Amino acid sequence: MGFFLETLFGGLMVGMLYSLIALGFVLIYKASGVFNFAQGAMVLFAALAMARFSTWFPQWLGFESKLLANLLAFGGAVIVMVAVAWLIERLCLSRLVNQDGITLLMATLGIAYFLDGLGQTLFGNDIYKIDVGMPKDPIFLFETVFQGGVLVNQEDLAAALIAAVLVALLALFFQKTGTGRALRAVADDHQAAQSIGIPLSRIWVIVWSVAGVVALVAGIIWGSKLGVQFSLSLVALKALPVVILGGLTSIPGAIIGGLIIGVGEKLSEIYLGPLMGGGIEIWFAYVLALLFLLVRPQGLFGEKIIDRV
Amino acid sequence: MLYRENGQFKSSYRADQQIFPILQDRIAIAALLAIAFVVLPLSAPEYLFRAILIPFLILSLAALGLNILVGYCGQISLGTGAFMAVGAYAAYNFQVRIEGMPLILSLLLGGACATAVGVLFGIPSLRIKGLYLAVATLAAQFFADWAFLRVPWFTHDSSSGSVSVPSLSLFGLSIDSPARKYLLCLCFVSVFALLAKNLVRSSIGREWMAMRDMDVAAAVIGIRPVYAKLTAFAVSSFIVGVAGALWGFVHLGAWEPAAFSIDRSFQLLFMVIIGGLGSIMGSFFGAAFIILLPLLLSQLPAWFGLPISTALASHLEFMIFGALIVFFLIVEPHGLARLWSTGKEKLRLWPFPH
Repeated sequence: MGFFLETLFGGLMVGMLYSLIALGFVLIYKASGVFNFAQGAMVLFAALAMARFSTWFPQWLGFESKLLANLLAFGGAVIVMVAVAWLIERLCLSRLVNQDGITLLMATLGIAYFLDGLGQTLFGNDIYKIDVGMPKDPIFLFETVFQGGVLVNQEDLAAALIAAVLVALLALFFQKTGTGRALRAVADDHQAAQSIGIPLSRIWVIVWSVAGVVALVAGIIWGSKLGVQFSLSLVALKALPVVILGGLTSIPGAIIGGLIIGVGEKLSEIYLGPLMGGGIEIWFAYVLALLFLLVRPQGLFGEKIIDRV
Repeated sequence: MLYRENGQFKSSYRADQQIFPILQDRIAIAALLAIAFVVLPLSAPEYLFRAILIPFLILSLAALGLNILVGYCGQISLGTGAFMAVGAYAAYNFQVRIEGMPLILSLLLGGACATAVGVLFGIPSLRIKGLYLAVATLAAQFFADWAFLRVPWFTHDSSSGSVSVPSLSLFGLSIDSPARKYLLCLCFVSVFALLAKNLVRSSIGREWMAMRDMDVAAAVIGIRPVYAKLTAFAVSSFIVGVAGALWGFVHLGAWEPAAFSIDRSFQLLFMVIIGGLGSIMGSFFGAAFIILLPLLLSQLPAWFGLPISTALASHLEFMIFGALIVFFLIVEPHGLARLWSTGKEKLRLWPFPH
């Protein structure tokens, strides 16, 4: 029982991290109808910027404080991601308005190649560390309830907490601010939003910037877990089943989808894996999402697809 | 002036329905085939075969298969690499496990196995559409990656996980030189291109296109979605499977599952999009573009005499490749095939456009 709960907890934590990346997909798809394959590359790019800035700034400016370095690096990385968002909108998306979904998908794949190359050209291609002072020691929970308690990684707990705070902030931003309302209007109907005077191109820059900041947070958390390296951009592939399971247009869907996939993945690896020779995590997530989709083709929380002739 | 159909009258249905109704097109295609079948095998250097021609032919065959699914039937697939892998490993198993199996038969049987897997993974397309389907097809990709790495039966219990084919021979003729390999691929590609061209202009091809343009409307006028979608998956994955078998047997010789990874799927999708969705000719253009571009890019620093480290060069290559893809999609979202047909329209009126 303790072991089962431990796995379950681990799954929930990992799931939270997946939903953090899935959020980036959903934000952009909702607002602009672009399935952004470059989200993984953005995570890598943001994490590289953060990791390098936090070592460069102290050298350039000559100070020692780690907290200050991290704060400055975070600010610098946010500026970089906003610039990237602005460039993507200006140079690429504004010229591809009204194209098919698949053409846009391929364009973001091109952007992904570009960002991967650019990030490693600018920031180098070694493995870098991000140290934002995440607690590393594991702790035991429920020691009074079970024999031995449940072992939980404190780092995962902190990460899940950060993810939850970020989601809450995003929800506030979307519900309570004027910009957030404009974003929701654009998501509902481009033409109607434009006709009441919402500037589409600025909204898209904002959405891509927000997705960039989400990518930065995801990059910091994943980067401090795994180290910042090229394989970070592949984490996005693990977030894809989360997105389609939850529904491409739903933010709560991204969270709940992430939790389902995280738990399903861990439990299957522990209980089914040994029967099948191990390593089934990666495709099991997709098959799980596929099974859900067979029942609900628009994902758990996606908008119902209505076909008219 | 040269390219003009004036005076070429069609006096029978047969003449009206031929693939190349204009005489000049027929001459051009005959010349192209003559060059491909006779001139190149006699004159081309070995490097050209190995590095460009053989990969080009095999990948354009795979792109052709994918184009049937994506361009004609409108079902996006990101699992093409998996179907290639199924073709390659199935052909390998037929070749190794059955004594005296003819090469052509095992290649085709590899395609048949890919068909079965393709139809299986095509079933969700009856419920799931668009981008959801695109992501769902990744299930095939990751499942195949895992299966060929972890299940020893597929690799004939090879200890390293990589498989290699024994020497190839066809009707007692050993296929060892690059020119012969090239000719084998060329035969396959020509036959399949002709088959595909005829399929897409027959009734089933029109059903696929109706499905692509609007599936509900197509179902209303009496096209069975199940039949149309699953045949598209079947035909597409058969061609892709044969291409995969050729890629393993003829081009690589020995391979690991990584040869058919998700990058291969993306590469093929790039070929189809850049070449032109819904165009047989486009598949060839796209394959040529995607194969030649990295080769050119890797030569660039040497031409300009720039001293760049290999790591930096490969990153720059990534950047330029990505930027060119985006640039190309912006300039011509309908692909090279559209450029080609625009060029032909212009040529018809040249040199008197009015």
